[in-house]
Amino acid sequence: MPVDQSLVGRVFPPTRPYRVSEEKVREFAAAAGSGWEPGDPVPATFPIVLAFDAMNAFLDEVGVELARIVHGEQRFAYERPVVPGDVLTAELSVATLRQIGGNDIIGTVSELKDDSGTLVCTATATLVHRGGEA
Amino acid sequence: MEAQTSPVLEAGATLPPKTYPVTRASLVRYAGASGDFNPIHWSDRVATSVGLPGVIAHGMFTMALVARAVAEWTGGAEVVELGGKFTNPVVVPDDDRGTEVTVAATVKAVADGMATLALEVTSGGQKVLGMPKAVVRVEQGRG
Repeated sequence: MPVDQSLVGRVFPPTRPYRVSEEKVREFAAAAGSGWEPGDPVPATFPIVLAFDAMNAFLDEVGVELARIVHGEQRFAYERPVVPGDVLTAELSVATLRQIGGNDIIGTVSELKDDSGTLVCTATATLVHRGGEA
Repeated sequence: MEAQTSPVLEAGATLPPKTYPVTRASLVRYAGASGDFNPIHWSDRVATSVGLPGVIAHGMFTMALVARAVAEWTGGAEVVELGGKFTNPVVVPDDDRGTEVTVAATVKAVADGMATLALEVTSGGQKVLGMPKAVVRVEQGRG
């Protein structure tokens, strides 16, 4: 079932504040095979932890099953590095929506802000909703 | 990472490719660390039911390996931009070997304190990311 075109431009509520902990960053780095110690840079893809939360909330809201989603594209643009101790929220908005070959191609932008409301990182994702056939 | 020597980030430089193993266990671990429990990354039954050849790696796991390569090449330089398109899935067989992801790069440009890396990310000889790119901050006098 195609995703409703009226989603374009919609801004979803921010995720609940997330405190970046050294333990979580170490676990995330280890999952990609890297050691991590306090003072080391936080892995550049770490914001996906929040962006994924925002995406899950969005999919729930629009009634799309996660198993039908394939990640099409992901980009991160940083205003400053994420550091342990940051308290971040992610606010997802739907930028674009196209239907190609029975799939919905959903362009989303998640803005990660710190607890002062300052933009830290913009995570841009294209989600492919495999609709139709099954 | 402070102990590593300064990288040579000059325009045109080719950085030594990095190859990382990817097994089903890697995917389980990444699922837990990232919170991405999409069953297409751990269940062949679900993966094939939505038309995939089998369990595939999280695109973001592949990108995490790219970030790891960039961090290793640059001694942990600040990443200002990172991204790419997931053009081909990384299929991970359910055996002890799994598969591998290789990350290669050339330094495309160094300007205004930033180095732009043009990346090539392959698995089984096939490109898996489209237009992967990283931009890192380089210290003055070091770029």
